[in-house]
Amino acid sequence: MLLIRCPYCEEERPELEFRHAGEAHIARSSEMTELSDDEFEKFFFVRQNPKGLIFERWRHIHGCGRFFNAARDTVTDKFHLTYKAGEPKPEITLMAPAEPAAWANREPSELNVDMPSKEGGR
Amino acid sequence: MTETFRMAGAGRLTPAKAVRFSFDGTSYQGVAGDTLASALLANGVHLVGRSFKYHRPRGFLSAGAEEPNALVGVHRDAARRTPNVRATVQEIYDGLSAVSQNRWPSLAYDIGEANDLGSPFFSAGFYYKTFMWPKAAWDKVYEPFIRRAAGLGVAPDEPDPDHYSSLYAHCDVLVLGGGAAGIATATAAAASGARVILCDEQAEFGGALRFETGARIDGKPGWDWAQASVANLKGRENVRVLTRTTAFGYYAQNLVGLVERVSDHLATPGDQPRERLWQVRAGKVVIATGAIERHMVFADNDRPGVMLASAARTYLNHYGVAVGRNVGIFTANDSAYAAAFDLKKAGVQIAAIVDLRDDPRGAVIEEARGLGIEVLTGHTVTKTGGRLRVSSIAVAPNAGGAARVIPVDALLMSSGWTPSVHLFSQSRGKVAFDDATQRFLPGQYAQDCVSIGACNGTDTLDAVIEEAYAAGENAVSGTKVLRPAATTSENWTGGMLGAAPGAGPDDTVKAFVDFQNDVTAKDLRQAVREGMRSIEHVKRFTTNGMATDQGKTSNMHGLAIAAETLGKPIPEVGLTTFRAPYTPVTFGAIVGHSRGSLFDPTRRTAMHGFAEKNGAVFEDVGQWKRAWYFPQAGEDMHQAVARETKNVRRSAGIFDASTLGKIEIVGPDAAQFMELLYTNPWAKLEPGRCRYGIMLREDGFIYDDGVVGRLADDRFHVTTTTGGAARVMNHMEDYLQTEFTHLKVYLTSISEQWAVIAVQGPKSREIIAPLVEGIDVSDAALPHMSVREGKICGVPTRLFRMSFTGERGFEINVPADYGEAVMEAVWAEARKHDACLYGTEAMHVLRAEKGYIIVGQETDGTVTPNDAGLDWAIGKKKTDFVGIRGLRRPDLVSGGRKQLVGLKTVDPNVVLEEGAQIVATPGQPMPMKMIGHVTSSYWSPNCGRSIALALVVDGRDKIGERLFVPMPDRVIEVEVTGTVFFEESGERLNG
Repeated sequence: MLLIRCPYCEEERPELEFRHAGEAHIARSSEMTELSDDEFEKFFFVRQNPKGLIFERWRHIHGCGRFFNAARDTVTDKFHLTYKAGEPKPEITLMAPAEPAAWANREPSELNVDMPSKEGGR
Repeated sequence: MTETFRMAGAGRLTPAKAVRFSFDGTSYQGVAGDTLASALLANGVHLVGRSFKYHRPRGFLSAGAEEPNALVGVHRDAARRTPNVRATVQEIYDGLSAVSQNRWPSLAYDIGEANDLGSPFFSAGFYYKTFMWPKAAWDKVYEPFIRRAAGLGVAPDEPDPDHYSSLYAHCDVLVLGGGAAGIATATAAAASGARVILCDEQAEFGGALRFETGARIDGKPGWDWAQASVANLKGRENVRVLTRTTAFGYYAQNLVGLVERVSDHLATPGDQPRERLWQVRAGKVVIATGAIERHMVFADNDRPGVMLASAARTYLNHYGVAVGRNVGIFTANDSAYAAAFDLKKAGVQIAAIVDLRDDPRGAVIEEARGLGIEVLTGHTVTKTGGRLRVSSIAVAPNAGGAARVIPVDALLMSSGWTPSVHLFSQSRGKVAFDDATQRFLPGQYAQDCVSIGACNGTDTLDAVIEEAYAAGENAVSGTKVLRPAATTSENWTGGMLGAAPGAGPDDTVKAFVDFQNDVTAKDLRQAVREGMRSIEHVKRFTTNGMATDQGKTSNMHGLAIAAETLGKPIPEVGLTTFRAPYTPVTFGAIVGHSRGSLFDPTRRTAMHGFAEKNGAVFEDVGQWKRAWYFPQAGEDMHQAVARETKNVRRSAGIFDASTLGKIEIVGPDAAQFMELLYTNPWAKLEPGRCRYGIMLREDGFIYDDGVVGRLADDRFHVTTTTGGAARVMNHMEDYLQTEFTHLKVYLTSISEQWAVIAVQGPKSREIIAPLVEGIDVSDAALPHMSVREGKICGVPTRLFRMSFTGERGFEINVPADYGEAVMEAVWAEARKHDACLYGTEAMHVLRAEKGYIIVGQETDGTVTPNDAGLDWAIGKKKTDFVGIRGLRRPDLVSGGRKQLVGLKTVDPNVVLEEGAQIVATPGQPMPMKMIGHVTSSYWSPNCGRSIALALVVDGRDKIGERLFVPMPDRVIEVEVTGTVFFEESGERLNG
């Protein structure tokens, strides 16, 4: 079970309290009727589904009830950042994937094993 | 029986504490602290099971959780029959009753053993190839046959009477595994005051120190140091130690699942839970899971009496049990020599040590010879003799040559140690193959954890202790803690992977790699020959490592044999994925208390008791219990519904509509919000009036509907479908919070706050009139589709004049706490006017008679308002609402869409089946062209015939035409009609 930080409650809460709500930063046009078929298709149907960093919406449905945005790595499920609805999409360069894996919060040198070499040996 | 193999003076159990138990009906004596395995071995019992596929006799391979062979049933009573219990893990208690599995008629004479003779036919992939055809035979012949013949234990057929507890825990450091490394790291971490949890799957801490007699830590024998250290940890308030607790799953963000076996080892569990599930969120996790010894792969290596060297040491050094009187050793490393020494010193004869290595060097060789043990280097065991127990081994030089037969009554084997990287791998860490030592070790970490000790490839005891203390310190403050000195005389390195010489290639021998799934070296070679290249394919084709032991002893051998056959180095072939659970976990532990009435909440309306008292039969609608119909004496459902539906149209009926979703929308922009969320125009709806609203998704399809009352300029009382209440609220909140953020509106769910009593029928006004205060209920003052606030029976009400029956009707909303009392009062009045109580079934029939749709029944997420004949509900002048653009999509405006129509069967007595498909002409070649389907179908008592609603392609153009509904036994002819079957004028609504 993931821990997710609600940017409104300002604390980490268990995943059970939240509901996923699809990709973020897809604004509904104030002139919906003016959209061409292609534009509507992009707005409603086309989603990125990336392997890696995704910006997505969550709702703290069993908590404060607020919708918010999150930047998550779909490979590791690591939440890089959560932020309030309406705030600008964060700069992607702030979150270049870290090595080793996204969850490691210690340097490889701090771990008590040697890092595998490129050949796979120790 | 007496324990003839219990060695006086050996082991740590107290012989005075005798325990009686039975196996396959025979009574035995053991000692408190025994496992079922050690107690049976003490009585000379090695044969405990039959193998999965070939029904070969099997004994104990190990002394721990990795056991693939010794699976038994443990029976407490009729409902407590646990299958597939590892005898090496189950502790005995007075009265324990265990039975062997997968044998008939008895363990010693098993008919299924014929499978062993026929084994050339049962090679890898046998089932895939043989039972393909005919397809129909799978269900009736092949699968039942295979399931009976190849199987494990039998699951109990009664509900589980035990209870299971579940709790969450948090700690700074979670230590998985309580051997030397785990104890040391917990000691170091606990010194700082950090919250530490230390768990181990065994009944006592100590890990390999249980048998490693050569270990000395802090000047004491290793085992004594372990017990003293754990006693010290138990005394600390910041430490929790858990025995009999397996870390079975490593999940995201250092969440680790532990299962604690609380009472399976007790003669009288009392009211304790059977097991306890711990979900631990840890700051840091230290993995100290040790290593598992591998067996040797050679012909007939599965006979009872053939076991791991470390297992025999455990049985001797901990349980005081000798596994035989004349024991052979087959090894490729030094560690197995210690087993020979321990046994020899305890007075057991060692027949020979067969060492696969051509020229092994080191102190152990000299020590063996010094003890007078014959050491055959450069030799291999080519096969074993015996039937229900090993009686001899055939030994030959590796290079080939004549075999010599040596009598033994047990054979101990070791091909080296496999680090237990299971939990590390589950944490999404990446393992790396260490060429020098030929093993996979933790490589790249993915979570905040660290591996120490044998599971990290650390081989010497002093290095393990140093590493463990360092990890414990680093996990917390980093402050140095004084380490104890540690030494051992034993060497755990070395060994070999794959098949030993003499294990084949040979089409007749069985050199087992995976004992539990009966996978041999030959099967693995064959898999490669038949084209499997990926280890994942080899695994699935042979089922190597796929049994409940998850290949703890077999995976590395299987991989090495596949790699050798492929001619590739091991790391290029790759390792199969480690998945949770590490060892089998009961459903009971996972489910915990969430069973029976606690499985899912049950929602009851405020008037539930009233309905019960009046004889309602209830149906489940989501989590709700709803009154379905109210049978009177002698009535079945059909008769009750017929009476209720006629009664409503004749005089009146009372219905509990409380489950409808209700949302209050309040604020200066409430009307504007309604305009955006519903297709209808709302701005000009006067306070006190109602409107039927349709809500779309952005794609233009109907999402929900309901009657909305405007209570004031800035206040709407919205109703939703019963099932849609939560998602409509979510949908509204989503738009309000993220798209229409400029609107000043509050949304409040009021579904639970207002109980709703529907009073429907020509007499409805007479029924409520005497009870209502402050509201003029005349048709002129309170016309159809209006709402007033006032009082009824002295309590506040929102009184809706509305109808879901086509009759004059009211829906009385009262605060839920008054629901039952007001219901009683209304019912008392209603009975004066020949009214009835009616349930959801009659409600459905009444609304269908009028052609009113139910979202989710007439609609399925692909129906537009136009499809449903509800174009009138779309505000034509509106410039925006959710779904406005979707409605203009080419597919939604083109012809050929399914439209809602009525269907009347030509034979009025035939009631169509809901979901039945509709075709234009009968007798078409199959597959017929389906042009629609039945969405609702009932017998209509008021029309005196069957009625149905259906979605039919261009249905409104087909009104008056005949269509056909093909059923398995006949074709039903129907006429397409409008959707209103009863009183098309609608005048009855107005009274």
